[in-house]
Amino acid sequence: MRQKSDVLMSLVFFVMVASLFPLAIGPETALLRRIAPGVLWVGALLAAVLSLQRMFASDHADGSLEQMVLSPTPLVVTALAKTLAHWLLAGLPLVLVAPVLGLQFDLDGRALGLLTLSLLLGTPVLSLVGSVGAALTLGVRGGGVLLALLILPLYVPVLIFGAGAVEADAAGIDPSGHLMLLGAMFALGGFFAPWATTAALRISLE
Amino acid sequence: MSSATKINWFRFASPPAFYPLAGRLWTLFTVLAVGFAAVGLWISFFVAPTDAQQGEGYRIIFIHVPAAWMAMLLYVVMAFWSAVGLVFNLRLASMMASAIAPTGALFALLSLWTGALWGKPMWGAWWVWDARLTSTLILFFLYLGFLALQAAIDDPRRADRAGAVIALVGVVNVPIIYFSVKWWNTLHQGASVSVTRSPSMASLMLWGMLLMVMACWMYAAAAAMSRVRSIILERERHADWVKDAVAQSR
Repeated sequence: MRQKSDVLMSLVFFVMVASLFPLAIGPETALLRRIAPGVLWVGALLAAVLSLQRMFASDHADGSLEQMVLSPTPLVVTALAKTLAHWLLAGLPLVLVAPVLGLQFDLDGRALGLLTLSLLLGTPVLSLVGSVGAALTLGVRGGGVLLALLILPLYVPVLIFGAGAVEADAAGIDPSGHLMLLGAMFALGGFFAPWATTAALRISLE
Repeated sequence: MSSATKINWFRFASPPAFYPLAGRLWTLFTVLAVGFAAVGLWISFFVAPTDAQQGEGYRIIFIHVPAAWMAMLLYVVMAFWSAVGLVFNLRLASMMASAIAPTGALFALLSLWTGALWGKPMWGAWWVWDARLTSTLILFFLYLGFLALQAAIDDPRRADRAGAVIALVGVVNVPIIYFSVKWWNTLHQGASVSVTRSPSMASLMLWGMLLMVMACWMYAAAAAMSRVRSIILERERHADWVKDAVAQSR
């Protein structure tokens, strides 16, 4: 992710996916309001998978990944830093643009706030879990499709609780439970995923 | 126990020692699988009574429930062998994980398929987005991911380790998926068999089902043994003992 276009690409992809749904389903406001959380969350998932492939790819190609492994900095710290960089460049922009897209779907202020909050808690988990898959598929045949196949099933809980928070609130249920579970996944992923990524990077460089 | 009678289990961690053992185990498990299946199918089709509510359609549980159980169990077993292979750098353990994966995927698909065949007449739908169904579907996807990753990597040792990492990440996710989808509306009936309660089904039905579970279990073991033998032969094809073994079997 060294180029501006890389950052913009997943963002534009997210905006386009979200804009395709009203065109495909029809502009009925009540229906759009109903599907908005799910559509935006699925869009965020796909955008994350799209950008994940480039997380370690250029470092792998020019040999700087090997230097990172050999450097005195523990590899797990490097892995965490790469994950954080991925989230800042690919995750955070999605969180920031989501409220604007939510307006397209006629969400009210409270739903927009919840959607943004759930994405803020959930997108780091996408980067964390995704970093394992990105490291495992380094230099592998058909890496992009394989990465999606490996990672998307693992994203299911984040999707359920992320979109579920907004839907629950719309149905009059307290959404804090959903948000707390997202936070728990963030904490667990933040602790374990860098270790798994480290192991996966070492395997890829054998 | 005297040390003379003690079996040295670590001896079987090496492929040349395990290969003939796997052959004997394969025979044993195959005989057991056929035996259990013969009795289990006989009870399932001819002895077990017709269900009061579901008629003859309920008989699909004799394969549906064992398949669903095995799909979940085999994933855990696969993750266990993956972990052993990764931690102790044991080739045979990784080969076991690879040998189990296709059978697990097969059982996951079988449980989805038989569930759909049962769901259409009973619920009026081939598929509903229910907790059990969805978690089994995702389990199937996890198996496919493991198989695809191993297939995409040419170096067998790298494939073993990469597969182990994704199997372990997946096994962490399995309970999360299972519980997360429980929040959704659930149409699938609760468990008919539980360790803590007495079974809520007629004892003949239960016996038929348990025998079919044993048959599926033995089949899974036999298939894993047969497949691990093939994997050993393929990976060790340059070793002298493999040439001897192949020459002997001709």
